Amino acid sequence: MTTETFIIRIDGVDIEARPGQTIMQAADEAGIYIPRLCDVEGLRHQGSCRVCIVKVDGRTTTSCTQPAEVGQNVESETEELLNFRRDLVRMLFHEGNHLCPICEASGNCELQAMAYRLKITQPTKFPYLQPVRSLDATHPDIALDTNRCIRCGRCIRASQDVDGKGVFGYVGRGIHRSVGVNGDNLASTNVDVTDKAIAPETCPVGCIIRKGVGFRTPIGEREFDSSVIGESSERGSDD
Amino acid sequence: MTNTEGNTPEILELEEQKRILKEICARFDNDRHRMMDILLDTQRRLRCIEPHAMQTIASLVGCTQVEVEGVVSFYAFFSDKPKGEISIYLCDDIIDRHAGMNKVAKTLEMELGISMGETTADGRFSIDVTPCIGMSDQAPAAMFNEIILPNLTPESVCETIRQLKSGVRPEDLAGVCGDGNNGHELIGSQVRNNVRLRGEVLLCEVDDNKGLEKALAMEPASILDQITGSGLRGCGGAGFLTGRKWGFAAATEDEQRYVFCNADEGEPGTFKDRVLLTERAHLLVEGMTIAGRAIGSDQGLIYLRGEYVYLKPWLEHVLMERRKDGFLGNNIFGIRNFNFDIRIQLGAGAYICGEESALISSCEGLPGEPKTRPPFPAEKGYLGHPTIVNNVETFCHVARIMDQGAEWFKEMGTPESKGTKLLSVCGDCERPGIYELPYGISVADLMKLAGAQDVAAVQVGGPSGELIGRNGFHRTICFEDLSTGGSVMMFSTKRNIIEIVEYYLDFFIDESCGFCTPCRVGNVFLKERIGKIRKGHAVPDDIEYLKELGNTIIKTSRCGLGQTSPNPVLSSLQNFPLVFSVLVQENEDGLETNFNIQNALEESRRLAKHRSYIYDHDFADES
Repeated sequence: MTTETFIIRIDGVDIEARPGQTIMQAADEAGIYIPRLCDVEGLRHQGSCRVCIVKVDGRTTTSCTQPAEVGQNVESETEELLNFRRDLVRMLFHEGNHLCPICEASGNCELQAMAYRLKITQPTKFPYLQPVRSLDATHPDIALDTNRCIRCGRCIRASQDVDGKGVFGYVGRGIHRSVGVNGDNLASTNVDVTDKAIAPETCPVGCIIRKGVGFRTPIGEREFDSSVIGESSERGSDD
Repeated sequence: MTNTEGNTPEILELEEQKRILKEICARFDNDRHRMMDILLDTQRRLRCIEPHAMQTIASLVGCTQVEVEGVVSFYAFFSDKPKGEISIYLCDDIIDRHAGMNKVAKTLEMELGISMGETTADGRFSIDVTPCIGMSDQAPAAMFNEIILPNLTPESVCETIRQLKSGVRPEDLAGVCGDGNNGHELIGSQVRNNVRLRGEVLLCEVDDNKGLEKALAMEPASILDQITGSGLRGCGGAGFLTGRKWGFAAATEDEQRYVFCNADEGEPGTFKDRVLLTERAHLLVEGMTIAGRAIGSDQGLIYLRGEYVYLKPWLEHVLMERRKDGFLGNNIFGIRNFNFDIRIQLGAGAYICGEESALISSCEGLPGEPKTRPPFPAEKGYLGHPTIVNNVETFCHVARIMDQGAEWFKEMGTPESKGTKLLSVCGDCERPGIYELPYGISVADLMKLAGAQDVAAVQVGGPSGELIGRNGFHRTICFEDLSTGGSVMMFSTKRNIIEIVEYYLDFFIDESCGFCTPCRVGNVFLKERIGKIRKGHAVPDDIEYLKELGNTIIKTSRCGLGQTSPNPVLSSLQNFPLVFSVLVQENEDGLETNFNIQNALEESRRLAKHRSYIYDHDFADES
């Protein structure tokens, strides 16, 4: 059975979309990359980081949650929206403690890569909140360095929906909202290294760390050392 | 393992705790959607919800411990540390501060020998602060367990604490009951209504059940038409057309629909629903019943803010009376198969739950986080079913419109804002209280009515609204100009505008759910910079910074909280430019006024244990 497709316009380009798709999904299929951090393939959409903000017929909304609809006029790569994204990524940097040069995730980190993509290369105007956050190294195979957590909730959704476990969950509210574990510490949970929640592609930053494999890939040879985040899904070079 | 003497009492205590929790959860059918009720009961009986309790509750209702923790840690009235047998929450709104709340706080701390946030060693008392509890017309006020004491003074709290220490329970404290139903035995509260002006719709004499009677003689579609035709808009602040919202829900295929009343008025300075719940409870339930008929729903819910728990027995009584009289329950008014009933859901201290989808999350037993739209609640709301959420005042209007007709209602107000509005006026005026007025009244006229002299600023619509100055007093209260859910706060020329702005940012920082980046983090940044301005360290660039950051927060936040939280900053920048220009220094010499080299060096001096060669002139002497 074929579903009827329709046209939406993103930054002046007409693309096809299907009923049930989000704007981001339609854009992905058409080879147009919209920056994102909390959204990742295989997990339910959340729309909390707000980095995928677009304008639909003049109104801002997150493209990972907004259903594609006939005739939408979507703006994505405008200077205004790029500036919003820069502010949001800066906020995430300044909210936590992100010390790229000493971080195990450097080069594989989506937050770092997103900053480069958005051309954030200098210290920014925002104050550093420098929170005091905990390390949880109780588990034999996994460490949690919550200094680097950006509250994207990818581990929470992966554990709940894919692993069927619920090892992680949001606790607290406002600036004190954080990702908690289901018990006193990680060792007291039923988490396993084979869980989707622990898989390298789940945590976009260096918060969930596998013990014993750190720096196995040297810095310089990592995913975003030689490419820009999102580039591989963008149509262009091979056209 | 044998019991050792050391841990026996602890184990016994845990066993006893488990027994109590089993009893509590069973009362709510071990239903995780009733998490709020379970936790409210647990907090009340055990005075704290610590990790063991979370674990027990989780296993009883079938969820994870971290999910229970997520709810406990979200609401201000839940605590994982023990609170006192008498738990005191002092209202810390800016209006209360201006009314002398600080002195009351100090007295409480001194009398009890503890600081805010602490519990006495004997476990009898705990004291905390909480944002606006809906008593701004009789500030400062505080909750003593479920009892509200208004108009506090250092002397009065001294006497109250003396009584409580001598064994008097909060509910038996001596005091004169307020007017109207506040004196009813089921309320018995010192709270006063302070109704200053009765308008033609809600606070005049109203006939009970006339609207319902007429509605039930009509087809549901005709009820919808009449409400739509009246032009009634939501009275909680957002102003969505009530008839349209109902129409969406009515048009769904779903068999189960819900009618929710938002009685979670938390916008600082608002207290009009408190008065309606006290004096017009029947009218509210009547309006909800009409809504049930109009959209085809048999279940209603009143989400009552935790601060108004003192009204719960009264509201339960009203519901009971109406069931007895055949106005609620099955076959209402003898109409076959028209069934509608209502339960009350208590909140637990979270401003965000006044946002309709967050309110629904809370009713589902979740942290009060808004939901992503679409889908809209009217299509997919409570447990996935179409749910209309309307304000207390809106439902009261519905009942009156059905009685008096859409045309009658439409004649009042302005072209886009029909009918009357209850305004909660407080702050620096002689007659704070409730004014029912047709939409379109000017701020200046309202100031005259309230006896406000020497006013420099008026905050219309609470912190999420607009702070206007003298050049805006001609403006009118209606959706075309200054919209408000009811809050109007007046500030005299003696008040510090920047202090007010900073307080409101603190409020939004505390009340943000933290779901999305801009609201969670951006508001903290706004506050940092406003603090800098207040200290006189700001430079002109900081003004641009605030405007840009405010714009990002407004445009990228998911819900109404983040979309309005920069308003205190942006509207004060717009309406009080002189205040800012006095505080913001031109840095002609190119130096940043906020950067103090001596302060910056202090930490290095301490760590290095020696002084600076360049900046300490006595360096040579020391070495």
